[in-house]
Amino acid sequence: MSGNSSDAQAELIRLRRENELLREKLRQSGTQEGVGADRLSLPEYERYGRQMIVESTGGVQGQLLLKSAKVLVVGAGGLGSPCLPYLAGAGVGTIGIVDNDTVEVSNLHRQVIHDSGKVGMLKCESAREVLGKLNPNVKVVTYPVRLDYSNAFRIFEGYDIVLDCTDTPLTRYLVSDVAVNLGMTVVSASGLGTEGQLSVLNFQDCGPCYRCFYPTPPPPTSVASCSEGGVIGPCIGIVGVMMAVETIKIILGVYTKENFKPFLMMYSGFPGQTIRTFKMRGRQPQCIACGTERTITKETIESGIVNYNVFCGSRNYNVCQPEERISVSDLQDELLDMDTTVLLDVRPSHHYKISHLPHTVNVPMKELRNLDRSVDALQSRIPQITESSDVLVICRHGNESQLATRLLKDEFNIKNVRDVTGGLFKYIDEIDPSMPKY
Amino acid sequence: MANVTVEFLGGLDVVVQKQRVHKLHLPAEVVSVGDLIEYIASTLIKNPRDVAVFLEDGGVRPGIITLINDTDWELEGQTEYVLEDNDVVSFTSTLHGG
Ligand SMILES: [Zn+2]
Repeated sequence: MSGNSSDAQAELIRLRRENELLREKLRQSGTQEGVGADRLSLPEYERYGRQMIVESTGGVQGQLLLKSAKVLVVGAGGLGSPCLPYLAGAGVGTIGIVDNDTVEVSNLHRQVIHDSGKVGMLKCESAREVLGKLNPNVKVVTYPVRLDYSNAFRIFEGYDIVLDCTDTPLTRYLVSDVAVNLGMTVVSASGLGTEGQLSVLNFQDCGPCYRCFYPTPPPPTSVASCSEGGVIGPCIGIVGVMMAVETIKIILGVYTKENFKPFLMMYSGFPGQTIRTFKMRGRQPQCIACGTERTITKETIESGIVNYNVFCGSRNYNVCQPEERISVSDLQDELLDMDTTVLLDVRPSHHYKISHLPHTVNVPMKELRNLDRSVDALQSRIPQITESSDVLVICRHGNESQLATRLLKDEFNIKNVRDVTGGLFKYIDEIDPSMPKY
Repeated sequence: MANVTVEFLGGLDVVVQKQRVHKLHLPAEVVSVGDLIEYIASTLIKNPRDVAVFLEDGGVRPGIITLINDTDWELEGQTEYVLEDNDVVSFTSTLHGG
């Protein structure tokens, strides 16, 4: 009995060692350089099994397509954050990330790939860390630069698909134009407030481009950013996740030249959640980027002949003379003498409710415009105001307040109006950091 | 005398009292989508200042996409499209945030 038992013990040890060696061999076969894009290692089978058995992925062939795919993501913010982990998780072989922003606390409610410990870190590097941990098989390349006309081609070249997760019309035109010139498909999305939009552009170099949809840029005054207009994290997040779905479908060949129909998807989060798919125009022959007579070429972009700044324009807030402005420290002195001075806060009322200075009156810019230059009408909101009142105007950052200062002086004919330079946030930074910023 | 639904999406509802969906019983003279756009500017938009958010040089402002029954109006004849009962005309401003 004791002899048998020690034999069994020795056998067990031998088997355990053999098992360990085999496991090690397997591990090495999974990570060694020899396993290229043309086949999958055993750990890769295990990792991607649950998606490979979804029949419409095409199984191993589909997984190999993902593995050899090169996807460039421009922007690691509200859209890029939720999209990137799904691309890496799915096994997209090469992922490029373009973003020169650093993580801020105010990003974290929606840009959940980053975290509180990464405030101040480059977003592209923060994202790279997360993706590396999620799936070490993925090659992540970072570009900590602001995409512009002079570097876009150099960055885009070599990628198959580009994801537009940017936040201005200027970059959206640029991404589309460069992609058209390189024959790349674009997955383009955007979001604001509780809504989002998504589209696939220049599909296989025959679908419509951004300029086909929007030949004329919107007036700069109509363009709101997330920091101005606000955004609900999961609402923009869901659109970012939808971008990952579209990207995977493009790589797997679910869309073909024959079955692809141009579309614009519209997600609304409030009051009920809906996703609608609008059927859109095809490529426009008269489009200057992708049409029959193209003026947007690599040469005209890179030489600066295509001037995106002029094309998209910008809002000019600098409309006050130095003597029409007051610094936040001088404002602090005037606050002691508020009996005669009117301190007018022109932010939207839901902003005002979050945080405001004492002794202020809130008349939002839009309402001010609606008062039709009438001091009488203004008195219904600010009883003590007259044309000879001293008025100080404040807003969030000191932009709208300049426009309001002009309005009050030039159209309401109130003589002594001054703009608080830098607005409430500068006051908080320099005078009273105990007030909430948002 | 068509009954149509008009929607204002992508934040464009600010020009129509923050009401996203409007069910309209149109007067007889409103026949085409072009007529509807004029009707919206003159009747539905209460604040004259807001017309500039919706229109530019008499046409729908750049950055707003117009859809007729969920289809880009470019494919439906744009302003010329003749409205029918139960049509849904949607205007959505383009979002740029990311
Ligand atoms: Zn085009």
